Parts: sequence; C-alpha cells; structure tokens
Amino acid sequence: MLDSKCPSGDIKNRWSDHKTNLKLVNPANKRKHTIIVVGTGLAGASAAASLGELGYNVLNFCFQDSARRAHSIAAQGGINAAKNYKNDGDSIYRLFYDTVKGGDYRARESNVYRLAELSVNIIDQSVATGVPFAREYGGYLDNRSFGGAQVSRTFYARGQTGQQLLLGAYSSLMRQVNEGTVKMYERYEMLDLVMVNGYARGIIARNLVTGAIEKFAGDAVVLGTGGYGNVYFLSTNAMGSNVTAAWRAHKRGAYFGNPCYVQIHPTCIPVSGEHQSKLTLMSESLRNDGRVWVPKKAGDKRHPSQIPENERDYYLEERYPSFGNLVPRDVASRAAKKVCDEGRGVGASGLAVYLDFGAAINRLGKEKIKEKYGNLFDMYEEITNENPYELPMRIYPAVHYTMGGLWVDYNLMSNVPGLFVLGEANFSDHGANRLGASALMQGLADGYFVIPYTMGGYIGGTKLEKVDTNHPAFEEAVKSVKDGITKLLNNGGTKSVDYYHKKLGKIMWDYVGMSRNEEGLKKAIAEIKELREDYHKNVRVLGEGEEVNQSLEKAGRVADFLELGELMARDALNRRESCGGHFREESQTEDNEAKRDDENFSYVAAWEFKGLDSEPVMHKEELAFEYVHPSQRSYK
Amino acid sequence: MSWFLKFVTSSVGRKFVTGLTGLFLVSFLIVHLTGNFSLFRADNGEAFNVYSHFMGHNPLIRVMEIGLVLGFGIHIFTAIYLQLENKKSRPIGYDKVDASANSSLFSRTMFLSGSVILFFLMVHLTNFFVPHRVTGKDVVDGTAVVNATKLDGSALLASDGQPIKDMYISVATAFKNPIYVAIYLLGLILLAFHLNHGFQSAFQTFGLNNKKYFPLIRFIGLILSIALPAGFASMPIYFYFILG
Amino acid sequence: MNFTLRVWRQKNGNDSGKFVTYQIQNISADTSFLEMLDILNEELIAKGEEPVAFDHDCREGICGSCSLYINGRPHGPKQLVTTCQTYMRSFGEGETITIEPWRAKPFKVLKDLIVDRSALDRIIQAGGYISVNSGSAPEANSIAIPKPIAEASMDAAACIGCGACVAACKNASAMLFVAAKVSHLGLLPQGQPEAKERVVSMIAQMDAEGFGSCTNTYACEAECPKGISVTNIARLNREFISANLFS
Ligand SMILES: Cc1cc2nc3c(=O)[nH]c(=O)nc-3n(C[C@H](O)[C@H](O)[C@H](O)COP(=O)(O)OP(=O)(O)OC[C@H]3O[C@@H](n4cnc5c(N)ncnc54)[C@H](O)[C@@H]3O)c2cc1C
Ligand code: HEM
Ligand code: FES
Repeated sequence: MLDSKCPSGDIKNRWSDHKTNLKLVNPANKRKHTIIVVGTGLAGASAAASLGELGYNVLNFCFQDSARRAHSIAAQGGINAAKNYKNDGDSIYRLFYDTVKGGDYRARESNVYRLAELSVNIIDQSVATGVPFAREYGGYLDNRSFGGAQVSRTFYARGQTGQQLLLGAYSSLMRQVNEGTVKMYERYEMLDLVMVNGYARGIIARNLVTGAIEKFAGDAVVLGTGGYGNVYFLSTNAMGSNVTAAWRAHKRGAYFGNPCYVQIHPTCIPVSGEHQSKLTLMSESLRNDGRVWVPKKAGDKRHPSQIPENERDYYLEERYPSFGNLVPRDVASRAAKKVCDEGRGVGASGLAVYLDFGAAINRLGKEKIKEKYGNLFDMYEEITNENPYELPMRIYPAVHYTMGGLWVDYNLMSNVPGLFVLGEANFSDHGANRLGASALMQGLADGYFVIPYTMGGYIGGTKLEKVDTNHPAFEEAVKSVKDGITKLLNNGGTKSVDYYHKKLGKIMWDYVGMSRNEEGLKKAIAEIKELREDYHKNVRVLGEGEEVNQSLEKAGRVADFLELGELMARDALNRRESCGGHFREESQTEDNEAKRDDENFSYVAAWEFKGLDSEPVMHKEELAFEYVHPSQRSYK
Repeated sequence: MSWFLKFVTSSVGRKFVTGLTGLFLVSFLIVHLTGNFSLFRADNGEAFNVYSHFMGHNPLIRVMEIGLVLGFGIHIFTAIYLQLENKKSRPIGYDKVDASANSSLFSRTMFLSGSVILFFLMVHLTNFFVPHRVTGKDVVDGTAVVNATKLDGSALLASDGQPIKDMYISVATAFKNPIYVAIYLLGLILLAFHLNHGFQSAFQTFGLNNKKYFPLIRFIGLILSIALPAGFASMPIYFYFILG
Repeated sequence: MNFTLRVWRQKNGNDSGKFVTYQIQNISADTSFLEMLDILNEELIAKGEEPVAFDHDCREGICGSCSLYINGRPHGPKQLVTTCQTYMRSFGEGETITIEPWRAKPFKVLKDLIVDRSALDRIIQAGGYISVNSGSAPEANSIAIPKPIAEASMDAAACIGCGACVAACKNASAMLFVAAKVSHLGLLPQGQPEAKERVVSMIAQMDAEGFGSCTNTYACEAECPKGISVTNIARLNREFISANLFS
C-alpha cells in the first residue's frame, strides 16, 4: 500500500499545517544545493524560477530552442481560480468540490483542496509578473464560465491564456538566469535518471545541437515534462510532447499512476487525410452557442443545408436535456463516437459531427457571433477552407490531456526519494477526468507554491551524501543511453519512425481510446508488443549522433511510447469500471452511461516497472473521501 | 558625457541623430527654396541678387551656415555608419527576397537616394557655392561673374556701397547646360523619394507615432516630398525650357 | 498538387551549405506546409537520404518554433499566419518554392533550416521581466488597469518570439521583438518601476548580439504573424530617448 503522506485534520488547515511542519534550509546553504528541473512549461518554469529566487542552484532543461516554447504556450481557454470576483457563490470549497466531482472521484482530496486554495495566489502572482488578463471596463479582472462550471471563475487572456501565463513564468525564469541562480539548458533532452543508492541524484541529457551525452548531478530532480497524449500519434499536443523523461524515470523505479486516464476533447477539427500530423483544438466555449447534430439517417451524404430540421438529430440536447450541448468533455466525446459508429458521421471520412451556429446567428446576428468567436472561426476557415458562418463546422473528438502520470505523494515527490514530478507529468489532482481550465492552475500551483516548500522539506530533512558526475552510477547511465542511441542509428532497417508511430497511434485509438473493452485491450497489448519488436528490428534512423538529428530524437521518444502504450492498455484492462475519461464497455448503466465501481476501484493504480519481459507490478493507493461523497455523475 | 556617447552610439541613438539632422535639413530646404523663388521676379534678378548677397555676407547667416555644414556632415556620417552597421547584421544573405511584399521601395533605398543627393549636392556646391564664396574667383561654367545691375542698367549696390555680384546671370547660365539640368532633376527626384520616407520616418524615430495623428504626419511628408523638389525643379525647368 | 522545392541543406554549423532541389507530387491542397515537408522527409528516408531538419512544435501558430523563409518571405505568402498555419492551397500548381533559414548574424544556422535564436532569450534576460518573487504578489484586483491599456498591453504581449521580424528586416533588426516586450510590460502599472532600466538594458543587449538597427521600413509589421504594430517601436524609441536624455 502506498503512503500519500497526506496530512490529516481539517482539510482547510492541512496545507498550512504541513508547511509549518516542513524542515527549512538555511538561506546561506541553499546555493550549495543543486536542483535539476527538467521542463520549462508552466510547471517547470515556475518551479525553476521560484527555486532560483529562494537561492538554490538550479539547472533547467527543455528540448525546445527556448524555454518560452514549452507546450503550455498552446493553452487557449483559461485558468480557474476561486476568487469569487463575480459574487456568484464561488469559493475555495466549491472549486475543490467541483474538481473532485469532475474527476469522477478518483483524485486525492487533500491535493485538490490545496490546489483550490492556491488558485487565488496564482492569479495574484501572474498579474504581478505582467500577465495581461482580460479586464472589465472598470479596470478589474474579468471572468468567464468555462467547461460547464456553474460559476464564472475562469480568468483568460483572449484565446492565449497559456501563452500569457507561460510568458509570465518564463520572464521570472529569465530574471533568475540573469541573476545567476538558474542556468538554462535549451535544446537538451533528458534521456535518463541517475540513481545513487536509491536516491535520484542526477540526469543524463543529450545536447541536441552537438549530440554530446552529458551528465548533470544534483541533490534533487524535478520533472515538469508534460503529458503523453502523443502516444496516439494524433493529438492536440505539440509535436515534440513526449513521455521520455517520465518513462525513463519509471524504468529507474518511479511508479506510473493511472496511465489509462486520458482526456479526449470533443471539439477538435477532424482529420482531413493521411498527411495529418496533429489535431487542432477548437475552444470548448463554442459549445455555448453551437448546436451539435448529425443526420438521423445513416449514410446521409446530403449537403447540410439540404437536410431539413426534422431529419437532424440534435443528439446531445435529446439525450441530456438539462445540460444539452454543454455536457462534460468525456460525455460529449463518447456521444460523438457513438453516432459516427452508427454510420451517421458527416464529412468525407464520416468521422465528424456538425457544430452548427445557424440558430445562434439568426438569434444574435452575425456580428455578435463574430465578436465572440471571430478568431476561432478564422482559424477554422484557415485550416479547412470552409466558412463556418455559412456551413456548420465539422468537429470530432481528439486526444487532449493525460490525467495519468508519475505517481507522487502530497509533497509531489515520487516513490523515488529526490525525484519530484509537477504539472501534467504527474498523476495527482484531476482524478479520472480533468475539468477545463484547471491544468494551467495545477502546473502553476505546483511550481510557484508547492515545490518551493516541499523541496526545502526534502533537502532540509535528508542527509544527502556528496555525489558528483564521476560516480559510477553516471557512467552506467551514460553507457546505457549511448548503447540505445548506437543501436537505433545502426539498426539499418527500412521503415521510418513515423511509420511505427502512426501504427501505434491507430492501435491506441482503436482499443485504448474513447471506449475500451477486455477483448480489445488484450489485443492491443499483443499488437503493441509485436509492433515494438518489429520497431527494434526494422526502424530506419538516418544521420549521425554527433549533430542535430531530429529522426534520432523522435526514434527514442517513439521507442518509449511503444512501451508506455502497453502499460496504458494493462492499466485499462485492470480497471474494470468506467470512470471519467476511462470508459469500459463492460461497465455501463442501462442507458449506456458510464458506471463507476467504487467498491472495487476507488484507488490509484501505481505501476512498477519490472523489465520489458515481465509484467509490471501494481501498487494501490486507496482513496478516501471525507468531504465530497461519491455519487454517480448525471447530466440528464 | 559618457551617457551621451553611449546614447548616440546605440542603435536607437544613431537613428535619432540621423532623424534630428534630417529634419533640420528639411527646415533648411524650406528656407532655401523660399529665398530661391526670388529668381522668378521679373526684375532682372535684382531681388535674387540682393538675397544672395545677404546670404553671403550677413554674419548671422554665416554662423548658421556652420550649423548647416555640421547638419549635413553629421547626417551623412550617421547615415553611413548606420548603413555599414546594418550591413554587418546579415553576413549571409537570402537567395530570394520578395521585399516589395512587405515594405516600400523608398524605405529600402534611403542610402541610395541619400547618396545621389550627396552627389547632386557636390555638383551644386562646385557650381555656385565654391566659386562664389570659397575661391572668390567667381567663375560659373567657364564664364566670369559680373557685377549685378538693376533693371534700368544702373549698378546694384549693397548698403555699404559695395557692388553686388550678379548671381542671377550665373544661375541662368548654368541652367542652360543640359547636363547640369539633368543632374539637378535626377537629384531632386531622389530627394522626393528620400523625403517621402524620411519625413514620417523621423517622427517614428522620435517615438512620435500615434494612430490618431500619424496619418497627418504621413500626409505632410507626402506634400513636402512633392512640393520641395518640385519647387527646386521649377528653376532649372524655367531657365532651360521656358527662357530657353 | 505538384511542386518543385529548392531547400537549403546544411549539415551543421560548420558546413557551408547549398540548395538542393526536390520534386514532390500529389500533395493535397489541404496539407499544411510543414506536413508537406513531413511527406518529403518520409520520401527521403525511404530513399536512404537524411530528412530535412526544421524547427516546429505546436503546429498551431503559437509556440513560435517554426521559422522558414519561403519564396523570399518569412512564414510564406500569407499574412498574419506562421509557417505551420500555411496551407499548400496558398501556392500555385507546379510552383517552385524556395525554402531558406532565417538569416541574421546572431541566428547561426545549426542544421538545414534550423537556426539558433537564443539571442532573443538573452535580450529578455537583460530586462524583459518584472522583478517580483513568487509569493510576494499583492491581491490581483488591488490595482485597476483601464481596459484600453490592458488591451494594448495584450496586443504587444501576443508576440510569439519566432524572429520573423528579424528575418524580414533588411537590417536584421530585432526592434519589433524588443518593442513588443517593452510595450507589454511598460504599459502596465506593474511594469512601470523598472521601465527605464528595462528599455536601456534590452537595447544594449540587442546591440551586443549584433542585430541591426531599425530604419523604419516596417517590413517587420507586415510579416509578423501576430500583427504586432510598429507603434510599439515608436513607444520603445520614446522610452529609450527619454530614459537616456531626460532622466
Ligand atoms: C491545445 C491545448 C489547449 C489547452 N488549453 C488549456 C486551457 O485552456 N486550460 C487549461 O487549464 N489547460 C489547457 N490545456 C492543458 C495544459 O496546457 C497542459 O496540461 C499544461 O500546460 C502542461 O504544462 P506542463 O508544465 O506540465 O508541461 P508542458 O508545458 O508540456 O512542458 C513540458 C516541458 O518539458 C520539457 N521536456 C519534456 N521532455 C523532456 C526531456 N526528455 N528532456 C528535456 N525537457 C523535456 C519540454 O521541453 C517542456 O519545456 C491545453 C492543452 C492543449 C494541448
Ligand atoms: C537635403 C538633404 C537631406 C534631407 C532633407 C534628408 C532628410 C532625411 C530625413 C528626414 C531622414 C529620416 C530620418 C529618420 O528616419 O529618423 C533621413 C534619413 C537618412 N538620410 Fe537623409 N537627408 C538629406 C540628405 C542625405 C544625404 C546627403 C545622405 C547621404 C548619404 C542621406 C542619407 C540618409 C540615410 C542613409 C538615412 C536613414 C536611413 C533610413 O532610414 O533608411 N541623407 N534623411
Ligand atoms: S510550430 Fe508552433 S508556431 Fe509554428
């Protein structure tokens, strides 16, 4: 049984009590402690900057050419915070409650409460760093309602909230670089975690420009390396997003929590052909005015304007009269898949549904719609070459976010002492489903406000032996990394990395996607294994190791995805219940809604790596709900 | 002083000085042109001759002339400095550049237009300024400059009783030469280009660009860039084509 | 659609590099420019040739990774979009497309179409921030910021740091990039206390990196995928002049 190290007592006081109990590090000693932070997204950048401000000697890594390009930059919608500026009944408790419920009762209450509590500080901090959030005419901050929440608590900066928040954290980070507390390593990719006597004491990273394999030693390692949605090949994630850092840490002993929890976002631009390399998210806010429909008849290929009102099926309004088009993401996505499976999908591929603004344009006028969604409509037209003011948009679900990740305790430390994991890379706060606008909140809470304290607690409370990069553990790790690279480069196969990535994506999407069943999952496990073996025999990676080599970078990432995919399928197979983003066909109500099984599955599944030829071992962390009592979600 | 040097050698400072001297030169052009219009008086050049004499002998004007020389000197110096520095910023150029897609021709050719103006200026100075004022030899286009007379044939004298040189005749003679006229017109066309971009650009350089009044500045720049060169051009055209 | 591609190939920073011509066929008009290059790369790999290296990540026009100087223009023929948002329907059937890396002294080519843009980060390090430590921020609504000011700040903050302004400028000047940051922070009351120091140090860093100076051709504004206005450069000039001469 895993110990989450959550404090007890009144949930309102847990974090403040915990902070008082954490050890402190003498300010003069901080700079003697080196902290390695991998990742410069919201989580990594805010952590590196905050730790630098405290005086630690921070080394910060990212694979992009600049810290500012981390994938967090792409978040559009907004960030939640329980400020209650709208006077509409929001509170820390309500945000906590909504997040636990939204996560379908698979998150840890203590963590979520802390997240809700810190949400207000994030807004203060971000405004102070210069984030130009939207404001009302009076000059005070504006909010909007987002993702079906019943209060308006989402702060936003046009459609570029992630960008602005990241630039805020990035500028604080750049300030620390200037002050000499943080040293940046851009275009570096972490390829291994170095363990010394059971402690995480360093990393091995490849300099992506020179190809050099370099060693970095430290007193602790922090991963803020993002999610693994790209295991599906097509997702809304950036092309470079990958699981490598987390996966290699997993192979060195860190447990992987709930890998099967994946969020599939209902409003994305559908796949247009084989050439497609990624999917583009259309903001969820579109569902406030757009009506989702498909033809009633299967195989109806008529132009949408030719399909009369009575032959259209507004299936969300029909099935969920009280929430209608605004049902949560997982529900909307599954419903879309269902109608497409019935042959009622639209567009050339039949894998799309309409999101129709006709009624809204009639009601509010084109100008009003343009004002609200103009940039999204333009973006849609740019990509599809169709005018959404005249034709209904075509949308389809796409992989968007991964709730699973490396298991961490209340201090955000994994089971490996000295290895901390923040942001999307950890499994912690969203349970089986994440609510809109709460990933940004989590990344920044972790980096700005949690790790500065818990890192002190760890450093101050642990007797760390002196370790430098001459330790044999570093040599061993370097060798293993180099062997892997040499093997890929000398493989001499015939097929490209993308060929395998696409194949893996298809297996994952078909069997470990929106709807899963035992047979499919078993098939996936077998097929992934086979694909992996084929990969290591037949993949072709050209070029050299000693210079920029994007194929080589990708090859390593896909190799890890090929291992992760199997674990995801195993986890999904193990969890014979439907919860949040995880839908098991075997576990549904009479009217085909997801059915949770609290009796048997109210736990976190944390997987331990035992070698590729052995089955992973599952460790359980039981979840207790003292404040928010589980009930079956209903949006009818 | 070190703050001043730091400022003027910075990229923004260099440009600031170019802009400041540029606008100063514009103001000179306006004054110069206004004076030159006296050529068109039908008084046998009397007004013009008085004007040139005044310009050549008034101590205040002579002091201002030093400012003008400095203005030109600094403008040209910073312009060359700017150009050389900017050339260094892209040691390897592009193979294919579609510059017209993103910027105006005039804005891209300021150095070229400036250089042609400089050439024009040298010709202009060797013509009128150098003989008249530097060497004192008073020879224009191979012809000696004579003393000016009034319409009635009597000698034109300055207030101190000295005879006034007939610069009017010099101008009229020079503008009978088609090569001079061609160089003048070319110089003036490039001056138009230079001002078309330069005038509004100077305001941007000083940070005076604002959505509300910048269109007005652009408009004034356009008018000046046409009116000033056209005004100057009217003289060679008048002498060469009309008086023939 | 079919195209002839003239692509700059350069093995690494020390290599001198050259153009290589490729033919590419049967590209759907709905393919994005980078997807077209993906297809080219798949074909190259199949032939045993090294694929073309180019920077990219988000592929939705926000991360600023993609660069590419296409047919004489940064981010290709369409305005207000990045290379990753450019679709092949913007090109003519059979067109020859020349693809070059960003060119500027501080942007060293690392391989093929990838350049080193770390100079832009160093300019931010010189002062593109507000000095506030985590945990020390006051309540967010304690200062009201007039909406038009907040909007103007956001307009400038939209910069994605791609470097198209530098690539487009005939002087390889980074003024629009610097101006966007100076305006974004300088317009906000929070950014005021450090405004003068910020503009002076950022310009000093920009000059030290070897970027050229602005001669107001406004090519940067025309090519900026985010439409950042040159009025920000005017604001930068104003602030720089006043910081130097009037304080
Ligand atoms: C299109 C889109 C829109 C979204 N919109 C919203 C929204 O409106 N609201 C919301 O709350 N959430 C949103 N999300 C989710 C949210 O953006 C992410 O979950 C969050 O930004 C993740 O932040 P992060 O810091 O954990 O990781 P990331 O931002 O992904 O950063 C990962 C960092 O790790 C580095 N890295 C990774 N691996 C390595 C390695 N091996 N070596 C070195 N460095 C490495 C990368 O370089 C990068 O710097 C959205 C997501 C997407 C895809
Ligand atoms: C009557 C003569 C001239 C006038 C009225 C004049 C005016 C101006 C003005 C107003 C500017 C704009 C400054 C700015 O953008 O801030 C300018 C710029 C410039 N001038 Fe002149 N100028 C004159 C002569 C010259 C000469 C002789 C040169 C010689 C080389 C020259 C070269 C330049 C250059 C290179 C620039 C700036 C470059 C640029 O912005 O692209 N100019 N000038
Ligand atoms: S790839 Fe991110 S902006 Fe083009």
